[in-house]
This record gives sequence, structure tokens and C-alpha cells, in this order.
Amino acid sequence: MTVESSFSLLGTLTPQDISFVQTFENPVMSEFIDGAAGSVLVLGMITVAALLTYYRGWKTLWFDWLTSVDHKKVGIMYIVVAFVMLARAIIEGVLMRYQQSIAVNDPGVLTPDHFGQLFSTHGSIMIFFMAMPFITGMINYVMPQQLGARDVSFPLLNAISLWLTAAGAALVMISLVVGKFSTGGWTAYPPYTGIEFSPGEGVDYWIWSISLTSIGSTLTGVNFATTIYKNRAPGMTLFRMPLFCWTSLCTSVLMIFAMAPLTIATLMLALDRYAGFHFFTNDLGGNMMNYANLFWLFGHPEVYILILPAFGVFSEVISTFSGKTIYGYKSLVVATMSIAVLSFTVWLHHFFTMGQGANVNAIFGIATMLIGVPTGVKVYDWLLTMVRGRIRLTTAMLFSIMFLVTFVIGGLTGVILANPPVDFAVHNSLFLVAHFHNMVIPGVLFGMIAGYQFWFPKAFGFRLAEGWGKASFWCWSIGFYLTFMPLYALGLMGAMRRTVEWFRPEYLGWLQVAFVGALLLFSGFIFLCVQLVVSVRQRDQRRVPAGDPWDGRSLEWSNSAPPPEYNFAVIPEVSGQDAFTRLKEQGKAYASPTAYEDIVVPKNSIVAPVIGVGAIALGFALVWHIWWLVALGFVTIWGAVIARSFVTETERVIPASEVRADHEAWLQQVRECATTPREQEDTSANVGRAEVLA
Amino acid sequence: MKRQSLLHPGLNLGSTDEYSHDEAEPVIFGFWVFLMADLVLFAILFATYASMSVQGQAGGPSPTDVFDLPSAFIETMLLLSSSITFGMASLALKYKADRLHLVFWLVLTFCLGAGFVGMEVRDFWIMTQQGAVPQRSGFLSAFYMLVATHGIHVTAGLCWMIVMLVQLLVLGRTTEVKLRLMRLALFWHMLDIVWVCIFTFVYLFGVAL
Repeated sequence: MTVESSFSLLGTLTPQDISFVQTFENPVMSEFIDGAAGSVLVLGMITVAALLTYYRGWKTLWFDWLTSVDHKKVGIMYIVVAFVMLARAIIEGVLMRYQQSIAVNDPGVLTPDHFGQLFSTHGSIMIFFMAMPFITGMINYVMPQQLGARDVSFPLLNAISLWLTAAGAALVMISLVVGKFSTGGWTAYPPYTGIEFSPGEGVDYWIWSISLTSIGSTLTGVNFATTIYKNRAPGMTLFRMPLFCWTSLCTSVLMIFAMAPLTIATLMLALDRYAGFHFFTNDLGGNMMNYANLFWLFGHPEVYILILPAFGVFSEVISTFSGKTIYGYKSLVVATMSIAVLSFTVWLHHFFTMGQGANVNAIFGIATMLIGVPTGVKVYDWLLTMVRGRIRLTTAMLFSIMFLVTFVIGGLTGVILANPPVDFAVHNSLFLVAHFHNMVIPGVLFGMIAGYQFWFPKAFGFRLAEGWGKASFWCWSIGFYLTFMPLYALGLMGAMRRTVEWFRPEYLGWLQVAFVGALLLFSGFIFLCVQLVVSVRQRDQRRVPAGDPWDGRSLEWSNSAPPPEYNFAVIPEVSGQDAFTRLKEQGKAYASPTAYEDIVVPKNSIVAPVIGVGAIALGFALVWHIWWLVALGFVTIWGAVIARSFVTETERVIPASEVRADHEAWLQQVRECATTPREQEDTSANVGRAEVLA
Repeated sequence: MKRQSLLHPGLNLGSTDEYSHDEAEPVIFGFWVFLMADLVLFAILFATYASMSVQGQAGGPSPTDVFDLPSAFIETMLLLSSSITFGMASLALKYKADRLHLVFWLVLTFCLGAGFVGMEVRDFWIMTQQGAVPQRSGFLSAFYMLVATHGIHVTAGLCWMIVMLVQLLVLGRTTEVKLRLMRLALFWHMLDIVWVCIFTFVYLFGVAL
């Protein structure tokens, strides 16, 4: 990359960087796959645009969604991003399993470079653009309603965070068509990712997409923490909050403290690559192990950022579908807090082999094993919640139970890995790959799918089809065991991660089983999509206008489905744990409030999408050294922020009369609804008014 | 009465403007939380500097060779004084009904801050002339990263101050403007604290040890 080209209109970008041109010039299988992936992306976007035009959806999309600052819509958009990215990353996973299952003494279908891109995008997407948006979206949608709040504390900031995350995701998607992505794995360890060994644009794509989303997550953490501390309904003391709110709080605190090391590490790597600094280089005083420390100083708390909200979902789901209040509420709170604190004390177990000496390793090994204690407390609390409960095996509940079993197995292999001598033997092997998939798939993905099944009727007003959900559940569960149990064995046999070709024939059988498992996991995803389509088509028989299809326990079930923009016509008064169950038992649910007041809600704003587009331009321009566009992107982002600060009319008032009319009409509708006994939960008799047994 | 128990430092409009005072509660709290995240960022930079300042010199210049202590001392004085003048601005925000006092103290703060940034740029320029560029060694990379991140923060604060001066003239002393000035004050004082740490750990330790 010469100096002259750096200052041209398109920076270092050339026609050869477009993936279709590469496929045309070098028509081998690996390039075809790359070209096909790019085509799917482009065709997908054209299809979506065509459908929007056909159904005249552009106005709705813009005015009701993209410019919205309503926490519910922001939350749903986060989850849409997560689903799109999940589709890509899961296909990449299947493709890698396929490559490995045929590549014993055979080069297979993928070039090493393409394989490297696949494991880098698979990991980066799954963590940063699938799991993070999913949990952030889930918290966004549910947490303010559980607190009895009308919105998060800073609605516009919330939308900006969404757009920064979406901009990062967009950059990863663009890399499918324009140029290549990093081959340095999701952790991007230097010196391999330094300019000397990775001179192309790949690592830069990684750096800027991750930087954008890490800034977005920091702001999200600030927003959520402030909401939980300052925006609770009267009477909703901290120790009356549903557990999902507690886990959200811990996650936000972790985001506030743990995202900065990542931002700094990526910026330092960028300075090394762009400006010749020596943070992580081999020469002139650089120290690449600093990167490993910084990355995992973020990376380990990140694991708990992802897993704690899922723990919150499981607490809600298990308690609701067991028909019991959660067992050991305070112990669960304390365990959550302990995990949050301990998560900062274990980062070194990701590189026991660095050479820091046995004593340091021993301390971090013990700290790592300690995390098993509060996690064990949680598992027992969930089990004891089910004891003597009236358990209903809905899709969400099945995912939760399978989580319990599978997660405990993953935890046990984690304790094995926490032992430094054992870790030395299996470091960077498929044993490790099996272990962290064993934590993250049940711990995060099952939790998010369970939450999606659980709260979907609240968000869209109709229930998802249970049959397809259960089919999906069996595919995910069996697929998980078939895919990852062989990897434990392979790891113990000496197979290393990120290997494109094998030379040991005894691996073959295990790898083939793992590939079959991957296909099942993919079917699980397809069934989720089918479930969505089927449910949308049958929505009229599945409606739950009264808003409480599962006999829910917390406040989000006390309003209509979908809820009004302002969530609560009148802010509820809370008198104890399981606030809505109390109201139902005391017969105070669905009572008309004595008085209504005007409600102030934030207006839609164009600022967040403008910042998002500016961020995409900024990131893309930095990757390709298009300096004029860098300047333009930067000015757009900050110009939007400053311009916004001069806007004084940012809120609008919904008059009390309108609130009264809507709310009373809904209450009337609820009172006319027949109550549903739990046995008929999955029939059209369930219109969202639960039978109260107390 | 309820609000009395929820006072945060930096939230002090109570006796003269109760409405803004109440509005300020979540906003100021949120900003404290944001500052905490920002401080973590500086903590990481300090840790990096600590690990590289001695071991990352790579045969290049050492702190004693390149640091200009008198200049850093003048910068410290400029920034500390600017915190005092911002304090005066905060008092004017609370007690003076006119804009003149407030604008005067803000402009004075701006000049002191700009002086600080100017001095720092001059220091960097002289160091560059001596061959102490960030590309020379890990120590210098970490030094420039830490000190320049603080300098960029101060510059951002100065830009923010210009925006606030314009808003004072265009919008007047509205609740939003008051709340923004209160947050700018917190931001400015935090940068002061960070600089005290930089002066101590980077400059004084660097020259003394």
C-alpha cells in the first residue's frame, strides 16, 4: 500500500477487491463459496427492498422503526440484527464442520485463507453481533416494563447505541462483498494481526467493526444502569425487582467496566497498523502479551455480560412455568453479584501458557474454580424452584431444562480446564472449542431462544407455534451433543482448533459425527424461522390481547400485548416481589385507575440513523484509507450530536383523555375475556387472561 | 424533601431552581456512570504506560531525556486554575440571574484550557524534533497514547464549551443548558484529576526515578 494510493479518491480500494471479480478471475470452489455468500447478501438486500416497495413499507419502516427511540422498538430491532447475523454465522459454522469432516489427508473445499476468514467472522459475529445484540435487545424490551417504567433513562442514546452496533455488523457484512475479513480469529492476537504479517484490509475490518460496537455497548451499559437505579416504579425497591432486572444490572455494570479495555486494545492495534506505533510489535519495545491481557480483561467479563441476562431469562421462565415464586431469591441475587465481581479476577486463565510462573497461574486457577460456587448455587435454586411446582413443558421451559443439564457438563469441563497443568495439555485444542461452545450455546443461545419464545406474545400480540418450537428444540439439543461431544474427544486426541486439514485418519469418524450434528443445529435454526412464518400466518387464532398468556408474575404481563407506547397508562405501585401475581391474587389486576395524567413521550429522531450511517462511512473509509470520507463520517457524527443539542422540542404529550380512552377500552376487553386454565395454554382458548387459582 | 436524600456531587441547583434540580437527578447520575467508564479507559492507559515506560524503551530516549518538567508544571497550573474558574462559573450558574458572569468565567476557563492544549502541542513538537516520536519505542507509543488521549479529552471539552457559549446566547439559561453546563463541569474536573495523575506518575516519577 503506497502513499500515493492512500490519498486517491477510493483509497486502497481496487476492482479486484470485489468478491465477484475474484470469483470470476479465479474460479475455484473456495472462491465460488465466497462469491455465493456475497451474492446471497446482495440478493437478500434487493429482495427486502423489493418487498418493502411492493407492500409500501418504506414509510412505516422509517417513521415507525428506524427513527424510533421507543425502548421496545429499539429492543426488537436489536433482536432482528441478532437473527440476521445468527443466520450467517451458523452457516459458517456448518461450512467449517464440513471442511474439517472431509479434510483428512485431503485439502477439502476451502483454502486456508478462506477457512481463516470463516473462523474469524464466525467467532466475531457470534459474540459481538449475535449474542450482544440479542441480550441487549432482550433487556431493552423487557427490563423497563418489569421495573414499571415508561422507557429507559436516555431513549435517544439507546437508539444511538443500536445504530453503532448495527454499523459494526454492517461492516462485517460489507467485508463479504468488498475485500476480505481478518484471518486472525475473533481475538485478533498480534503480532500475527500486526501490519507486518497481515498487511491487507482484513484486520482493519475487524478493528473498526469491533470498536464501533464496543462504544455502543459502553453507552448501553450506562443507560441500563441509570434506568435501573433511577427509573423504578414507586415501591419497586431493588430487592423486589424480578431477577431478570438484577442480571441486567450486573450486565450493565460489567459493560461499563469491561468494554473500555477492548476499545483501547483495538485502538492500540490500529495505531500499530496505521501509524507505526509499537504497542504489540515484535521489535522496539512492543509487547504482544499486553494485548492478550487487555483483550481478556474485557473478554472474560464479556462471557458474563452474555450469560447473566440468560440466567435472568431462565429464572423468569422456570418460575413462571413451574407456577411458583423463584426459590432462594436473595441467594440468586448474591450469586449474580458474586459472579459479576469474580469475572474480573480470572482473565489470565485464557493464557496460562504465557509463562507468568506457577504461582500466578495457581491464583487465577483457583479464582476460576471459585466461579463454580455461585453458579452452582443458581443451578440448585432453579432446580428447587421446579420441585413441587406445576411444571408445564413449553418450548421456553424445555430450553431452560436442557440448559441446566448441558450447562453443568460444560461447567465441569471448565473446572478441568481451570487447572493449569491440564490446561497446558489441551490449550488451544478442540477440547477448549468444545468447552466454550458447551457454555455459550446452552448458556446464552438457549437462554435467548427461551426468552424469545416467552416474551414474543407480549411484543407482537400472538403466541408462537409450540409444535415447531419443540421441533427446533430437539434439533438444537441433539445437534449440540452430536457436534460438540466429539470435539472433546478430538481435543484429547490432540486435534488443535482452527485447523484446515488433518493428517490423522482416526479423527475422521468423530469429525463426520460433528458435521451431522452441525446440520441438525442448522435445522434447529430453520425450524425457528418456519415457526415464525407459521405463527404469523395463524396470528388471528393465536392472539392474546389481554396480555398475560403464561400466567406471568412480573409487571410486563400486566399491560396489553403489544403494550402501548408508554407501557403503563398509570405507573403501578409495587408492594412486593412478583408484583403482578400479587395484584392478581388480591383481585386488583385490571382495576380501573382512579385518575389519568398526561404522558410525556420522546419524539422520534433522525439523529440515531444519521450517526449510524456516519459510523458505517467512517469505518469503511478507515478500512480502505479513504481519508476524505473519514473526515466526512466524523463530521457527520459529531455534527448530528451538536445539531441535536439545539433542538428544544424533543418530547410530545399524549393527553390524559386519550390515555383514558385507550386504557379503559382495553380493560373492558380484558374483563370480557374468558380466563384460561393452564392446560389450555397452547390452544386458541388462550387469549391472554390467566386463571387465578389462589 | 424526597430529593434531599438523593443529592449527588455536582447537583447543586436546589435552592435557586428546584425544577431543574429535580430534572437533573437521572441525568447527572448517568453522567457520573459515564465518567466512571471513561476513567476505566484512563486506568488501562496508565497500566499500559507502567508496563512499557521502563521495559519498552528499546535503546531509545528515556523519560529524563525528553520530558520538560517546567513546561509540564506550567500546564498543570493552567489546568488547575481552569478548574477554579469553572467552579466560579458553576456558582454563577446557581446564584447569578444574568448571563454575563457565567459567560465571563466560561471564557476565562476556555482560555486557560486552550493555553494548556497549546503548551502540550508545543511539548510534543519539541519532542518530535529531538527524535522522540511514538514510532521510536514502546515507551514513547504508550506516552503519546496516554497524554494525547487526555489532551483530546480537553480539546473535546473546549469544543463543548464553545457549543455551550453559543447555546447560552441562543437558548438562554434554560433547564437543558443548565444541566449540560453541570455535566461539562464534572467532565472538566475529572480531566483535572486525570492530569494530576499524569503529572505525578508520568512526569515526576519519570524524571525522578
